[in-house]
Amino acid sequence: MRRVGESGPGLSVAARTRVGAVELDVALDVAPGECVALAGPSGAGKTSVLRIVAGLLAPARGRVACGAERWLDTDRGRNVPAERRRCGYLFQEYALFGHLSAWRNVAYALHETPRAQREPRARALLERFGLAGRADARPASLSGGERQRVALARALARRPAALLLDEPLSALDASTRAAASRELAAVIRDAAVPVLLVTHDFTEAALLADRIAVMDAGRVLQAGTASALAAAPASAFVADFSGAVVLTGAARRDDDGTTVVALDGGGEVTALEGEPGAVAVSVYPWEIALARPGEAAHDSARNHLDVEVISVTTVGPRVRVGLAAPQPLTAELSESSLRDLGLRPGGRAVASFKAAATRVLPR
Amino acid sequence: MSGWFGVLLAVALAAALTFLTLPIVAIFAQQPPGELVDALGEEGALDALWLSLRTTAAALALILMIGTPAAYLLATRRFRGRAGLITLIELPLVLPPAVAGIALLAAVGPSTLLGRAARDAGLQLTLATAGVVVALTFVAAPFYLRQAIAAFEAIDPTLLDASRTLGASPARTFWRVAIPTALPGLLAGTALALGRALGEFGATLMFAGSFQGVTQTVPLAIYDRFATDFTAALALSAVLVAVSAAILLSVKLVRGPDAIAR
Repeated sequence: MRRVGESGPGLSVAARTRVGAVELDVALDVAPGECVALAGPSGAGKTSVLRIVAGLLAPARGRVACGAERWLDTDRGRNVPAERRRCGYLFQEYALFGHLSAWRNVAYALHETPRAQREPRARALLERFGLAGRADARPASLSGGERQRVALARALARRPAALLLDEPLSALDASTRAAASRELAAVIRDAAVPVLLVTHDFTEAALLADRIAVMDAGRVLQAGTASALAAAPASAFVADFSGAVVLTGAARRDDDGTTVVALDGGGEVTALEGEPGAVAVSVYPWEIALARPGEAAHDSARNHLDVEVISVTTVGPRVRVGLAAPQPLTAELSESSLRDLGLRPGGRAVASFKAAATRVLPR
Repeated sequence: MSGWFGVLLAVALAAALTFLTLPIVAIFAQQPPGELVDALGEEGALDALWLSLRTTAAALALILMIGTPAAYLLATRRFRGRAGLITLIELPLVLPPAVAGIALLAAVGPSTLLGRAARDAGLQLTLATAGVVVALTFVAAPFYLRQAIAAFEAIDPTLLDASRTLGASPARTFWRVAIPTALPGLLAGTALALGRALGEFGATLMFAGSFQGVTQTVPLAIYDRFATDFTAALALSAVLVAVSAAILLSVKLVRGPDAIAR
């Protein structure tokens, strides 16, 4: 996990306003080079936060600052217009201009650049995204993945001070999503600016962001790393939402047709499906059974990981047990099972789950 | 489709088609084409054509320059009374032409405050070419405004947002994104306003009069001649039919070549 946050002031947002039926009340800080995901169900107010940062929505009260620039301060009557905020905004459906070719879409962001340099710069940016051959195509004739890359190139063209990504992968079909996700992760990694990402998919947030802020009904319920949220959710909502545990590793096809994933940091899990290569493995905490070391039952579960117990959190009738495998992993069980097992932070256990409950996603 | 019902439908279509096309075909069939062309050569006819062309162009220029930003405002902002405002703008659409003429006389006629002020400023409206432009603008503008509002409303608002985040001011966004994106609708509206302005008769006659070379546009010239020189009236009508057909065709082309080929 990379954190450049200490190197300087990043993006800071605080806003209170009413958006439709939602009473939005959020405060967030994103360090330069850090990616924070706003994750939550639709209607939570995630996109409104991006719009407030970009200057497309004026909150009743709020402050937005990026680096040394103050973009919004309602107390002082300051509101810098959207065109002077230098936000790279990737819209959910990409919002490409249909009347302009791909390179002209990118060049649209370069109107402060001397005229003669606009086309070469736009084409160079497209080339970086592997789209040199599609530079003259209109958006209507581009595939979903190509459109997303043109929109990314356009959002980056102005050298933005902050990058705002609204559901960057949701408009793509499953087959292009894996490659697009990999590319997006690289863009986020290379961006030296604060990145704010909106998604309704916790797994996507876990894959792309350093920290996740779980939002519901206009508020940030909890913020932290994906594993911290899954292991110690502050509320039942976060527990439900942070559902799947995400582990990373490298997949290979086994002789019997199953997929075996060597987890980063140690351990191996088996899944029924999945392509070889760099992958993320996801499994739901309620699919994971725990046993004391050496007492793992000979049941139908194919996956057994030796784990260390890190945390024990009660969420309603359930208990969430944070584990290190050594990658963070979370199991959910009833309070009585926990008592029977006598698990405590610092102790060891075996986590078991069926291959059929293991999802393998390309990374 | 078979049996008596199919026959009924086919007969209805044939009746409608005959009724609607026969008069238009008759314009061209009444006289040999050579005589129609000769009749156009008459001085009064050429004056009327030239005047129609100039006044329609002037009215369209006014409509586009003022109507486009006005329609954009109405289409992209939500405020109290917006629906009422749109209804007011559309009112001239359903106004009988004679009422439009009377209304213009009442508002900017020679004895009104505005009319006098215009005359003192050197702009003669009634019985003058400028009056024709006013009448054409009044009756044709709503056709353009309605289409333009609809075209701007149909733009995905995130396109306008995207333009702003890419560093474009609201004015630049209007020129570079809103107008190009709404262009097919704007062109269709222009064609409708053009057709309405070219055919304008009642309001022009009442407000501006019918003086050859000054206020006598093609429709007025046709009315002026039909009792005395039917061939000349036919020739001018044939020109208007050709122009109207061209406008209709171009509207359909703008909406997509499929609209004709299908």
